[in-house]
Amino acid sequence: MTEQATPPGFAMPVPGTAAPAQTRRVHASEDPADQGQREEEPLADGALVDIGAWQQQLAISGVLDRLDTELVGLAPVKTRVSEIAALLMIDRLRGRYGLTSSRPTLHMCFTGSPGTGKTTVAIRMAEMLKGLGYLRRGHLVTATRDDLVGEYVGHTAPKTKGVLKRAMGGVLFIDEAYYLYRTDNERDYGQEAIEILLQVMEADRDDLVVILAGYRDRMDSFFASNPGMASRIAHHIDFPDFTADELARIAELMVAQQSHRFSPAAHQAFREYIELRMGQPRFANARSVRNAIDRMRLRQANRLVASGAMVGKDDLVRLEADDIRLSRVFGQDAAGTGPLR
Amino acid sequence: MRITQGTFSYLPDLTDAEITAQLQYAIDQGWAIAVEFTDDPHPRNSLWEMWGLPMFDIADAAAGLAEIRACRDANPRHYVLASAYDASYGRQTTALSFIVHRPPEEPGFRLGRQEGGDRRIRYTLHPYAAGQPHGRRYTEASG
Repeated sequence: MTEQATPPGFAMPVPGTAAPAQTRRVHASEDPADQGQREEEPLADGALVDIGAWQQQLAISGVLDRLDTELVGLAPVKTRVSEIAALLMIDRLRGRYGLTSSRPTLHMCFTGSPGTGKTTVAIRMAEMLKGLGYLRRGHLVTATRDDLVGEYVGHTAPKTKGVLKRAMGGVLFIDEAYYLYRTDNERDYGQEAIEILLQVMEADRDDLVVILAGYRDRMDSFFASNPGMASRIAHHIDFPDFTADELARIAELMVAQQSHRFSPAAHQAFREYIELRMGQPRFANARSVRNAIDRMRLRQANRLVASGAMVGKDDLVRLEADDIRLSRVFGQDAAGTGPLR
Repeated sequence: MRITQGTFSYLPDLTDAEITAQLQYAIDQGWAIAVEFTDDPHPRNSLWEMWGLPMFDIADAAAGLAEIRACRDANPRHYVLASAYDASYGRQTTALSFIVHRPPEEPGFRLGRQEGGDRRIRYTLHPYAAGQPHGRRYTEASG
């Protein structure tokens, strides 16, 4: 099992690195979360509480601020996340006054195009829910159809239960959940996995939060054929596509994270690159930006090696316009049929 | 006669909340939790039957407690124990092992004496429950 530190900001989860997808487990940061587990003393009926101080005590503002600064755009997502945070915070406060309120269902569905930050937000959500004391551990277990559905009769139940057991106390993130249900094959074992999932989502609500993720339209048809699933999910959050401006800001952040920097000309070139790339097929938002930056670094390294001249630290850091303009997106094949080079 | 075997066995039976706390401690130490059960209470019987595989990759004790409950429901008249396995030494090492369920009645042991040469006596323990074949011990009739 590979434990992976919480990636800051736009570090997109890279498929195929580290461990197999389902064992990617991300632990929430230790300090703020433990404060959430502390028992609070009850309050008298007349007592007043400073909401700001309460928020500080639960260390929620930190997580929300990070969500705000590290994630560009995504306004509707941020609104919903802070609404959920506020509800849980107020519920805990109500508990201190002795008011009972039922534990809210927090199973969620994230829909959106690829590369719009669904996994990143799920990681932040797990951290936040731990901080609020809703989850005990706050780790994220990522699963796809392969991890849940078995290959022969009797294989699915233990497999699904194993994944659920691993996710107890944290968040189970099911990527491309609609693959669980195959309309073309009635005897597909996916249905069995869905039933176990439904049962656990209802019975063990205290122990884990399930987040389903995938494309909007396919998720909708998945819910249409599984009404039980739709009714057990309280929050449907739609991740909007990024605008060109937002993608440019994301690129700045990513480049800075990798200790690189755009030259002013490269800055302009990247803007043009993004606008051209957005019009092409298989555009995956922030993930495409990350890949573009990787290819830029490739060209930069090649340029430096080919020049054979003296280089300094600044040369190693700076990405030039040429590193971008050599991309196929600017070339003849702009219709974009083959893979990008 | 109450069987005392493993950690905490001289304490009153642990509640589920206490069991969860112990399991969580074990998980936090990086130990793998396993659930075992038996109907042969002899103290030298250290090889109990395993309830599923050890749980190597769980993060929260709720998963361990769920398995303990499932094992109890399936074997209400057996002993059930939870053990924590510490793999860090590179060899089989049980770091913690405690009984989490016992039969409603425990008839205890008969002390057997065997006369040897030179007036020596060899003692042996025989669990009354083991008089019945495996699977029928601790039932209404024998218990």
